[in-house]
This record gives sequence, structure tokens and C-alpha cells, in this order.
Amino acid sequence: MQKKPILLTILDVLSIIAIGVATYFALVFAPTELVMGEVQRVFYFHVGTGWVALLGFIIASIAGIAYLISKNMMWDRFGLAAVEVSAMFFLITIILGSIWARPAWNTWWTWDVRLTTAAITELIFIAYFMLRQGIEDPEKRARFGAVYTLLGGLSAPITFMVIRLFRSIHPVVVGNPSAAAQGGFDMSPDMRNTLFVALIAFTILFIDFIWHRVRLGGLQEKVEQLKLKTLGE
Amino acid sequence: MKPSFLKATLAIVQKDLAAEFRSRELLTAMLTFSVLVILIFNFALDLNIDVRQKVTAGVLWTTFAFAGTLGLNRSMAVEKDRGCMDGLLLAPVDRSAIFFGKAISNLAFMLIVEAIVLPLYAFFYNEFRIFQLEFIAVLLLGSIGYIAVGTLLSAMAVQTRTREILLPILLFPIVVPVLIASVLASGAIIIGAEFSEIRAPLNLLIVYDVIFIAVSFMFFDFIVEE
Repeated sequence: MQKKPILLTILDVLSIIAIGVATYFALVFAPTELVMGEVQRVFYFHVGTGWVALLGFIIASIAGIAYLISKNMMWDRFGLAAVEVSAMFFLITIILGSIWARPAWNTWWTWDVRLTTAAITELIFIAYFMLRQGIEDPEKRARFGAVYTLLGGLSAPITFMVIRLFRSIHPVVVGNPSAAAQGGFDMSPDMRNTLFVALIAFTILFIDFIWHRVRLGGLQEKVEQLKLKTLGE
Repeated sequence: MKPSFLKATLAIVQKDLAAEFRSRELLTAMLTFSVLVILIFNFALDLNIDVRQKVTAGVLWTTFAFAGTLGLNRSMAVEKDRGCMDGLLLAPVDRSAIFFGKAISNLAFMLIVEAIVLPLYAFFYNEFRIFQLEFIAVLLLGSIGYIAVGTLLSAMAVQTRTREILLPILLFPIVVPVLIASVLASGAIIIGAEFSEIRAPLNLLIVYDVIFIAVSFMFFDFIVEE
């Protein structure tokens, strides 16, 4: 039995503390936004989860390329972990965004650039899981998974650009003062710090999740091999 | 002796077209299905003259996208079912020639369907503004992008347990930019917009086509290797 690495345990504790600190910062430390009020506090976690979701997508694409070049199953486990964690964070981002959008835009959902791209990306993830489920041979599963991740990684930015041809109402908070009418706002230094804390906290949590999932993938593989071995004897 | 790339590609196209013109299974299915989809839209959207103005491009593209998956599925399933794909792979030709061969014949089927459905639509709805050079160009560019990715993904879907069901689920989220850009561009052409308005979606269509033809061509090897 492979023991849990001590560093991973440390990272577990660290991510719990970091998320705790980020929660404190978002809910207590950050000043209340003047126009939108308390609901604006959702923004810190919305951006935090959105950032790691995007990071996961990029990492999955890199893992896909690495797998196709090296054919090392390690990269497949890594890619799958990144997609799974990213899919979960994307979903949280969308839900948090909706919670904010209801009072700010007076609607849960609108077919805006970012929202639509996020929804389509989520569908790409679901398709990816369905694809993997339909293939038994692990080597083929890894190969197809890598190819599909890359297709998704290429098409998502183009989707974003195409939808931007329609007008967007999603606020561009950072570095765009004219966005106030759409629910954008200027960040005070305290808000900036809170956002920064949230970004770091979620990045730590993200690394922790990926590590766990990669390790789990390795264990799964081992179980499968042991099963085959016992059945063979 | 290894035949040239072009010769090998053309041989596959010829094989597909010959098989199709003898059986006419695929085209009949795609055409009937297209007409049925338009019929459903007619009642679902109540296609009167005001509504038509806005949704013609959307209706046509949805129809082609749905009918396209039928064709793509069938064209790959035929190869898989009777072990033809293994035969093709054993042939001493470049793998990418197989991809281009399949893609070109798929494109041909799609264009034939479009060439029949468009006049039908014009006839049913008295909408003759769809016969513009720009409209046809958008149709061609959109179909090329759709088929490039579709051919690759259908080769993938056919090798999974869920087969036909999987293709639209894999294909639509990836091909969404093509559909949006095509609908935008062709919708603008129908209402007689300036060229500057359709330039942006048109450029994106061209970019998508170039990227995805190149990528599909590169990845096809990974999909068919055993």
C-alpha cells in the first residue's frame, strides 16, 4: 500500500487554512460595496474559482499534448485530474455568478460572452467524460481524451471571440472604469487585497485537489492491475 | 509502389461517391430528415413573414447541422461495420489521405443536401435572397469547418461503446463557433447588410477552418492507430 505523502497532508491543512482566511477576508475584512451591497462579496470567490477553472483547462491541454508526444500514462492521469477539478470549479463559478447576477442584472442568466462560453466549456467537459466512459482500452481512452481536450482547448477561445461579436454586458472589473453601468465597480485597496487572498487560496486548493486526483488515478490503475493478476492466477 | 497523396485521396472519394450513388441510403436519409426539420420549425416557430426575416439563417443552419451528423455517422459506421477501415489502414497510403478522402466525400454529401434544401426553402417561403454569392460562400466556409471536425470526431465516436449517440454530443460544443459565425454572417447577408458587418464573422470562419483542418489532419493519425 502506497502511503499518503507527508507533503500532501501539509498541503491539505494549508488549503483548509487558506480557504478559511479567504472566507474571512471576503465576508468580514472587505468593505461593503456601495451600490450593490453585500452580494458583491460573492465576487471574490467567483473570480477565485473562475481563475483555477481556467488554469485547469489550460493544464489539461498541456497534459494532452504531453501525452500524445510521450504516450506516458502519467500525463493522462494528470489531464483527467485537471479536467475533473476544472469542471467542478467552472460549475461553482457559474453558480456564484448567477447568485450575483440576480440582484445586479435582475436575471439569473443571460447569453453573454463569458456566460455562454462557460456553459459551452462545461458541455465540452461533459462530452469528454462521456467519451472516456465509452472506451474500455485505457491506452485508447487516454489517446482520445487527449485529442478531445485539445480540440476543446482550441475551440473555446474562438467561441469566445465569435460570441463577442454580439454585445456583452459582463462587467470587466479590472482596468475598465466605464463598466459601472453594467455592474462593474472600482476596487478599493482592501478589495484588491481580498481578491488577491482569494486567488491564492483557490490556487492552493486547486493544486491540492489535482494532486489527490492524480494519486487516486494511480491507485485505481494499481487496483485494476491487481484484479487482472488475481483473476489470471 | 506507393500511390501519390492526391491519387489516394481521390480514390477514397471516388469509392464513397460510387457506393453512395448506387445505394443512395445516406443522401435520402439526410434529405428527408432536413425537410422534416424544416417542417417542424415551420410549426414550432410559426414561420410567418416577420419571423422568417430574423430566423431564416438559424433554421437553415440548424437543419444542416442536424442532417450533417446523420451523414457523418453513417459514413464512418459503414467503414467500421464491415471492417473496411482496417482495409483502408492496411493500404500503403498516407493516413492523412484517408482523412482527406473521407472529409471530401462527407463535404460533397453535405453540399448536395444543401444544394437541394436551399431551393426547397426558397420555394416554400418565397425567400430568394438566399441565392447570393456571399450567402453561398458562407455556406461553403461553414460546411468545411463543420465537416473537418466532424470527420475526425466521427472516426472517434464510431470506436466507442455508445457510437452514434456520442457524435452530436462530441461535435456540437466544438463546432459551436462555426454555427454562430455562419448564422451571424448569413443572417446579415439576407437582410442586405453592408460587407463591413459580415467581415468579422467571415474572418472568424476562415480562421476556424484553417486551424481545424490542420489540427484534424494532424490528429487523425492518433485516432485510427491501433
